[in-house]
Amino acid sequence: MARQVLHPPKERLRVVGQSVTRHDAVDKVQARTLYAADWEMPAMLHGVVLRSPYPSARIRRIDPSPAQALPGVAAVLLAPDVPHNTLWTDVPGQTSEVGALRARIHVLADGLVRYQGEPVALVAAETRDLAQQAAELIVVEYEPCAGVFDPAAALQTGAPNVHDEGNLLASWRIRRGDPEAALARAAVVVEGTYRCQFIDHAYLEPESGVAWIDSDGVLVIRVSTQVIEHFRAVAEVLGLPHNKVRVIGPYVGGGFGGKEDVTVEVFLGLLVWRTRRPVKMTWTRQESLLARPKRHPFVLRYRTAATREGELVAQAVDLLADSGAYAYLSALVLMYAAVTAAGPYRVPHVSVQARVAYTNNPPTSAMRGFGAMQMVLGYESQMDRLARRLGIDPVDLRVRNALVKGDRLPIGQELDTHAAVAETARRAWEALGPRPSASTPAHRVGRGLACNMQPYGRIVWLHDWASAWVGFEMDGSLVVRTGTPDVGGGQASSLCQIAAEVLGLDVGRVSIHIADSALTPLAGTTTATRQLYMSGNAVLQASTVLRQQILEVAARMLETPAAVLEMREGAAVAPHGPRVALAAVMKECARLGVSRSALAVYHAPAGDPIDLERGGGRVFPDYSFGAHAVDVEVDTETGHVRVLRHVACHDVGRAINPQSVEGQIQGGAVMGLGYGLMEEVVLDRGVNLSTLFATYLIPSSLDVPDVEPLIVESGEGKGPFGARGIGEPPIGPPAAAVANAIEDAVGVRITELPITPERVARALGLFRDP
Amino acid sequence: MNERAITFTLNGRPREVQVPAHRTLLDVLRDDLGALEVKEGCGEGVCGTCTVLLDDEPVSACLVLIPRVAGRRITTVRGLGEGEALHPLQEAFATHGAAQCGFCIPGMLLTAYAYLRDHPTPSREEIRRAIAGNLCRCTGYVKIIDAIARVAEGRAGRG
Repeated sequence: MARQVLHPPKERLRVVGQSVTRHDAVDKVQARTLYAADWEMPAMLHGVVLRSPYPSARIRRIDPSPAQALPGVAAVLLAPDVPHNTLWTDVPGQTSEVGALRARIHVLADGLVRYQGEPVALVAAETRDLAQQAAELIVVEYEPCAGVFDPAAALQTGAPNVHDEGNLLASWRIRRGDPEAALARAAVVVEGTYRCQFIDHAYLEPESGVAWIDSDGVLVIRVSTQVIEHFRAVAEVLGLPHNKVRVIGPYVGGGFGGKEDVTVEVFLGLLVWRTRRPVKMTWTRQESLLARPKRHPFVLRYRTAATREGELVAQAVDLLADSGAYAYLSALVLMYAAVTAAGPYRVPHVSVQARVAYTNNPPTSAMRGFGAMQMVLGYESQMDRLARRLGIDPVDLRVRNALVKGDRLPIGQELDTHAAVAETARRAWEALGPRPSASTPAHRVGRGLACNMQPYGRIVWLHDWASAWVGFEMDGSLVVRTGTPDVGGGQASSLCQIAAEVLGLDVGRVSIHIADSALTPLAGTTTATRQLYMSGNAVLQASTVLRQQILEVAARMLETPAAVLEMREGAAVAPHGPRVALAAVMKECARLGVSRSALAVYHAPAGDPIDLERGGGRVFPDYSFGAHAVDVEVDTETGHVRVLRHVACHDVGRAINPQSVEGQIQGGAVMGLGYGLMEEVVLDRGVNLSTLFATYLIPSSLDVPDVEPLIVESGEGKGPFGARGIGEPPIGPPAAAVANAIEDAVGVRITELPITPERVARALGLFRDP
Repeated sequence: MNERAITFTLNGRPREVQVPAHRTLLDVLRDDLGALEVKEGCGEGVCGTCTVLLDDEPVSACLVLIPRVAGRRITTVRGLGEGEALHPLQEAFATHGAAQCGFCIPGMLLTAYAYLRDHPTPSREEIRRAIAGNLCRCTGYVKIIDAIARVAEGRAGRG
């Protein structure tokens, strides 16, 4: 049983809860931040990757000699040159293994290529141009093979096997009650099939890093990553002890899950180890779009049953996802999908069957929302159809079925913190105010709502932990050290606020050192909406311990019991005014030999793996809940959809930095609108047709409205001061909210993403199909 | 290699480079002149990340071949503030939370700077149009537009 944590009331907080200007923002507006590609080393080489042009082919012959002969080429590496040519793509090492879910990829293709863009060879040369020229000189003879490009086709008997063990990568079943019987006798059943697409993370900073062998013989890799602990993966590939590889994570130019898996770091390690010289590798945008893992497309089949009064009785869901050519994190993405597929509602009878299959498409892996976000189109389209069928207000239907604290999810997990589904739905809807009128007689306006749930924190049987060190300098300034990568969400600055709050300092008196696997206490990944929750708790814990140490010394100096002392304005303060400055306390600490620092390890609530089908347990520590409401205008002559208003309401427990929270909500919502309305990686039998920013379109400022964030602070979350994670949740609702608003406007139901003008026009009957 | 000497000013300082004519301004700025404040986002002129001012106009440095800048003025984000002091746009971007990952920000600031110079009192919709060529994947643009609007209001307020 977890200890009940009591958080101070909001009014008593001085730094937490303030929209302080982030220290990294001040650096970034001056372009002082040195991103991965901005790093240089003396005598640095440049690395490039040669990639397969075919989605499925046998490599009959590779001849690197023309490349090797080019002056200025320092190394050409093929699969046999890689000491251990296997990269384990399960969650990295700080956690326990995932058993059967371990998934392999080859570092370099060995005999077979399984997707277009698969790495085949590496080159390091004196300049990038030379390296590129050399890569093009490598002779590779391919024999194209039959491939499979659709997950349903991949599961048919006789389909070409992408891997020897067959094309079914993973499947999960969840079962609660008797859904078939409930469906059979229900008053109303709504059925729907939904499809969502491959999309790309499209962070503005392409993958990049620089690596070198330091004077102590340690391989150092400074790389744009969400996971500095991939140093272990690099060590295993090279056959080095784990403690001889160090990853430094600079401030990242956007991650969104795309820098969760290994990118350039293993290639850099191989090239540096071979050449014994520093190497830089930066992928082009086109290479990133071609070859990096994408978001999983799903086919979602829903049958939803309810009473005439609108009480949900059953949800039967069949999910099929495309893993592309390698497993990466597909099995886990699918688990997130399965666990959340019934939506943020009380449903007594549930069945979920979820499968993910290999194809010769680009691999799919982590992206903001990680399987759970794709489900929102399914369950929220169903809720709207049900409301329409029953003649019930869409908000009322959701409120009536909303999960609340104490309810159990279909897997059996009891919700032990506030679940703000009803409240966020109402608030988002009401905030839209009066309905707008259409701009021309050819336009129709409509309003739509979508709620969602998104786990924060990693699966409980991964035994997640994060550590942080907090210490005072002699002048009373504070240092925080933690392995947290900052991907732009304000991860580092929020940790400074937490330490400043506990230790009574101005946030400007705190310096933070992050994301160095050798020098900062490890804090795990900046993924899974876990970093504020995990590192935040570690910093809170370390700061609290340190506070006690310092106050005991101050108590002697002030001859006042430590229990009644406060820390504020850089001093320890007694109730009636006497105070001692922190610098003086530090001197006294030094004299007494009392430590001026504390290291803490925060362990998330852990549990054993559960059988999802039988249920009875916890999969995730907790969930964030929210709702978005939109007004759209549909052009009935072209099918074009414009979002006029967008209100996004989320319970964040406690907003550590409200401005950063708003930024997460606005940015996530806009990314969700891109997914809903415009983005798609278009593939033609495994050949990627969206390898330019000119063909892969993300929202510009003209494509989206000003998203209005509404922050609910329930005070109940498992993070520091009762915070809940907010990184991923806002991307979930927009696509479904827009689809619901379109039906409200023009009476047609769009079930496939992205909702392009063509799809809407087709649904409106504007095309005469042959 | 067909190299030639090109002279231009970078943030007010005269510079000369000896480079092949097919090199882009972006590559020369980053690789030859160490102007690492100019970021590369796509290399195909779509994202606006590498925006610099050529004389007074924002351009994508990845689309400008180096001979085109001969005798002209290049301004990067480093040319905006005065000494250590932040330009009001930089200040507003920082305090409004307009920078998340920050990668698009150097280019975004220059586009905003050039726009406000020519359009001192824009509406919110006009600002939205002005930055449409600079993509941001983090913020949803709201706080960027807020920051630009605030600077414009400040100027209007000063008359």
